[in-house]
Amino acid sequence: MTAAVTIRIQQADFDVAQEIAALTKARTDVGAVVSFSGICRGSEGDEPIAALTLEHYPGMAEAEIARHAETAMSRWPLTGLTVIHRVGRIVPGENIVLVVTASQHRQAAFEAAEFLMDYLKANAPFWKREEKPAGTSWVDARDHDDAAAARWTRS
Amino acid sequence: MKVKYFAWVRERIGKAEETVEPPASVRTVDDLIAWLAGRGETYAYAFETPRVIRAAIDHAHVKPDTMIAGAREIAFFPPMTGG
Repeated sequence: MTAAVTIRIQQADFDVAQEIAALTKARTDVGAVVSFSGICRGSEGDEPIAALTLEHYPGMAEAEIARHAETAMSRWPLTGLTVIHRVGRIVPGENIVLVVTASQHRQAAFEAAEFLMDYLKANAPFWKREEKPAGTSWVDARDHDDAAAARWTRS
Repeated sequence: MKVKYFAWVRERIGKAEETVEPPASVRTVDDLIAWLAGRGETYAYAFETPRVIRAAIDHAHVKPDTMIAGAREIAFFPPMTGG
């Protein structure tokens, strides 16, 4: 069977169980599914966060995720993968991002999911703005996100 | 060429996109940043720290020394914070 790649950028929430089921439905060659959900936290350190607003670069965001999906498919023996990234206003407790990877064995699924998330954080054109008591501000990029993505680069 | 701005770069400049015609001496992404920064106060503010600005040409990340010849769309934005 061919590998299924699904990439979606949407305002609406997603159903994790449904997305996992979609990668295993009607096939018997999948032995492992790994899913990662990124969820909006209600605080950053001691400061409460009322909501996040996600902006993205339409066209490039899809292209960039597709490039990383292609790399993951060529690097690990996956039977399928799904990446969903939400945009717009998201309140604490709500989903932000989903990565699901499916494979015959767990190692490929684990590694590919981590690779995709590390690359998404550092390279996919999305920007978060936080609503805090003092006002709204753009979230600063973290150096460790770049370092996390860089460790997947083959020397 | 079309130029697009995102996140705080867009906010500081006060527009999401525009069409610009830089002179022929503007050859690289870095040159374009310097040229845009000279267009007024809002641009100077957006590009006040060029090294933090990221760029993409036709939907692909590029480095500051990339030549811009032939580009249809160039985007400028801060480091990404998705995921």
